Amino acid sequence: MLELYIILLFMIIGAIIAVQIKDLLSSVIAVGAVGLGLSVAFLLLKAPDLAITQLVVEILCLIILIRATIKRDIPSIRERSGWLAMFATLAFIGLFLLFAYFSLKDLPQFGHPIMRVANNYLKQGLKETGAANIVTSVILDFRAYDTLGEATVLFTAVIGVLAVLRRIGRKKPGEVVREDE
Amino acid sequence: MNNEPERPGMTLIVKTITRLTVGLILLFGIYIVLHGHITPGGGFAGGVIIALSFIHLMLAFGKELALKKVSEAQASFFESLGAILFLSIAILGFVGGYFFLNFFLKGEPFRLFSAGIIPLCNIAICLKVGAGLFAVFVALVLLKGIGEKGK
Repeated sequence: MLELYIILLFMIIGAIIAVQIKDLLSSVIAVGAVGLGLSVAFLLLKAPDLAITQLVVEILCLIILIRATIKRDIPSIRERSGWLAMFATLAFIGLFLLFAYFSLKDLPQFGHPIMRVANNYLKQGLKETGAANIVTSVILDFRAYDTLGEATVLFTAVIGVLAVLRRIGRKKPGEVVREDE
Repeated sequence: MNNEPERPGMTLIVKTITRLTVGLILLFGIYIVLHGHITPGGGFAGGVIIALSFIHLMLAFGKELALKKVSEAQASFFESLGAILFLSIAILGFVGGYFFLNFFLKGEPFRLFSAGIIPLCNIAICLKVGAGLFAVFVALVLLKGIGEKGK
């Protein structure tokens, strides 16, 4: 349990560095360190599926972010040290903590989940689906409808990116477009 | 990356290492996908690893060589193919009764050919995720090139 707290502390420090540092590339690298810490935390909590996915997606996001930030002179964010902004931030943090106290009070303890549906999955999973990996049998058999929704979200996102970032827009009638590269 | 305009890709060291490792990365992604129902992993993680192997190729050798392997239109096609494959596997469940019914042979557990439709779904999701993320990366990289040319 101690190593989990060490990893969590490391992630919090990394997140604070990522927010506070001036250089954009260093900030992106700090975000990557936080993601790798999260991957190790998943491994410590014995969730290798999540750890693999988190690690791989983190690498992909980091590559895209570095490609996007390097050699691109984005002006650094100006300092805003108004007392009003500070007061509003503190007020909203206090409000959030108040609501979190009332709503998270009734959650089950860490490591003691309510096993009402999951018990059934764990007992019946291997027999009904034949998959040795119980996580896959849940996401692709018992809860496959969720996975379909997730796939639809990804499909929509990709179509949106390709539509917004296309190289050649719609042609006007009579216009000749030169396609180079 | 600093001398990108003169010649595509990175230095000779990076290119040699890439030539040695990129096939292994692709193979590992395929392994993760095909064994998704036995060991940790699955369609999503394996698809991202396959996309990363092509991105690795593109970062090391420049975009021409990587786009010769899988062009933007092909990536878009594979993404749509994965989506349709996944949906049609789901609809085929109506053969036995309801949506997403595991209608295939269950087989013996802990074997590669087991668990009915789950490996097929994994392959469909792998196609979808890998091609989709690669297409997004290609779109972002090409956009960056145009922006620099405009300056």
